[in-house]
Amino acid sequence: MTAIEILGLEKTYSVGFWRKKPKCALKPLHLRVEEGEIFGFLGPNGAGKTTTLKLLMGLVFPTAGSARILGMEVDDPRMKAQIGFLPEQPYFYDYLTARELLNYYGQLSGVASKERAHKIDEVLQRVGLPEVGGVQLRKFSKGMLQRVGIAQAILHDPKLVFFDEPMSGLDPMGRREVRDLMEQLKQEGKTVFFSTHILSDAEALCDRVAIIHKGELRGVGAVADLTSSVHGKVEIVWQGTTVPSSLRALGAECHVTGDTVRAVLSEANQDSAIEALRRERLRLISVIPVRTSLEDYFVQKLQPSEAVAGVRS
Amino acid sequence: MTGRIVHIASNTFREAVRDRVLYNLIAFALLMSGAAILVGQISIEIERLVVINLGLTAVSLFGTVIAIFIGIGLVSKEIERRTLYTVLSRPVRRWEFIVGKFFGLAGTLVVNAFFMAIGVFGALLYVSRHFQRADSWVLVALYFIILEFLIITALALLFSSFSSPLLSAVFAFALFVIGSFAEDLRGFAAMTHGLMRWLATGAAYLVPNFSALNVISSVAHQQAVSRELILYNTAYALIYATMALCGAVLIFEHRNLK
Repeated sequence: MTAIEILGLEKTYSVGFWRKKPKCALKPLHLRVEEGEIFGFLGPNGAGKTTTLKLLMGLVFPTAGSARILGMEVDDPRMKAQIGFLPEQPYFYDYLTARELLNYYGQLSGVASKERAHKIDEVLQRVGLPEVGGVQLRKFSKGMLQRVGIAQAILHDPKLVFFDEPMSGLDPMGRREVRDLMEQLKQEGKTVFFSTHILSDAEALCDRVAIIHKGELRGVGAVADLTSSVHGKVEIVWQGTTVPSSLRALGAECHVTGDTVRAVLSEANQDSAIEALRRERLRLISVIPVRTSLEDYFVQKLQPSEAVAGVRS
Repeated sequence: MTGRIVHIASNTFREAVRDRVLYNLIAFALLMSGAAILVGQISIEIERLVVINLGLTAVSLFGTVIAIFIGIGLVSKEIERRTLYTVLSRPVRRWEFIVGKFFGLAGTLVVNAFFMAIGVFGALLYVSRHFQRADSWVLVALYFIILEFLIITALALLFSSFSSPLLSAVFAFALFVIGSFAEDLRGFAAMTHGLMRWLATGAAYLVPNFSALNVISSVAHQQAVSRELILYNTAYALIYATMALCGAVLIFEHRNLK
C-alpha cells in the first residue's frame, strides 16, 4: 500500500520588496513511497528537501499539485494522528522539562492519559534520555534536543515518521543509535521518510532514495539497484608496500596505505594481476568488483562542481 | 477539539507563569498598591478615591502591557522558533491553535488581575478600615478591565498572526491609546461634515472603545454603574474580541510557515 503519494507538488515563493519576483523552491514533484520502507530524500543544502516536508506537513501551501499521506489529504487531522515529524534543527518550549513537553505533545496527539506516562518513559529510554526527563529543555545540548525531537515524533506510535536531517547535531554514537532506531521502526512495520545530505547514512539505511537538486527530482530508485552496476573494473588489495612493475604495465591505479596496497584495474586483466602477485609471493587480501556507490550516483545526478560543495559522506 | 484548545491554553498559561517578566510585573503592581497606601495616608478625606484610582489604573496598565507584550509573540515567536512545526504536524487545526493561545493568555491576565485586585482591596481596607457598599462597584470596574484585556489580547494576536513582534507591539499599543480616546474621536466625528465625517465616524467605530470600559473614576467617586452599561460593554467586548480573533484565524489559516 502507498504511504505517501505526491502528485505534481510545486512551490513558488514571491520574493523581493514588492513580492513580485517568483522564486521556485520546488518544481513539480511526483513521488510514491510504499508502506514499510525507509525512504531517503537526498540533496545538497537548499535543494528543496525541507520545502517538500513542509508541504507534506501542511505548514506551507503548494502553488500547484497535491499529496496524499496514508490515503488522506495533508490537512486531515485523522492522518496527522498517525504520523510523526521531526523538523530540521528542532527547538522546543525551553521552559518545559522533557517529560512535560512529551506530555503536552501526547495530549495534542490524543494519547490516552492512562498510557501517556508509560509511553513517555518508554520513548525517553528509547532515545537514550531516561535520566533527564525532569530537566528543563533550556539546559539541553543540541544533540539532546535532537533526541527529544525524535522522541516526540515517535511518542504516539505513528505509522509513518518524517525526519528532517535526523542526524544533525549528533555525535558518531548518537548517529549510530538513531540509525538503529530507524531500523527498529522499520522492523515494527512503520514507514520512515527522512531527508539528509549525509550519503553514508542513506546508503546504510534506505530501501529506496530520491535525489533532489535545485527543487527538481533528479532520480529515484532502490539503493541496491543504484549501487549494483559494475563498471568492468576490479579492486585488488594485498599486503605489502610495493607494487610489482608487471601490475603497472596492466594499467592498474595503485594506492599504498600503511602495509596494504589497493589497485584498481580492468576486469579483463584480473587473472594476470593475481598471477603477478603470486609470482612476487605477496599475500592477497581481497578481489572485489568495483560497484557504483550511492555517492557516485548522487554526483552523477548533480553537476560535478555543485556536488563537491554539497556532499558530505 | 475542545481538549486540544484546553491543552494549548494551559501550555500558554504555563509559559506565561514561568516567564520572569510576568512575576516582575505582578511584584511591580503590588508595589504600586503600596504606593497607593502611602498617597492615601497623606491625602486628607480622599484616601479611598486615590487608592481606587491608582490601584485600578495600575491593574489596567500592567495588564495591558502584559497582554500586548506577550500577545504579540504568541504566534510570531512560535513561527520564528519553529516550535509551531511540531504542534501543527499533529491533529491540531490552525484555528484551534489561535483560540487556545487566546484563552491561555486571557486566563493568565484574569489570574494576574485577580491577584492585583486582592492588592487593591487590601489597600482599600487598610486606608478605610472597613469596606463600604459602594466598594462592590470596584468589582464592576475590574470586570470591565478584564473585558478590555480580552480585546487587547485578541488584537495582539491578530497583529501577531501576520506581522513582526515589533510592528505588532506598535499597532496594538497605538490602538490601545486611540481606543482610550474613542469617545473623543466620536465627538470629533460628529463635529465634522461630508467625507471627513464619514471617515472619522468609520475610524471611531473601528477602533476599540476603551473609554466606555473605563469606569474607574466614577467608581472611585462611589457612583453606581448601570446594568445596561454592564450588558452593553459585555456584548461589545465579546463581539469585538471575537471579530479580531476571527481575523487572526483567517490570516493564519492561509499563512505559509516558512
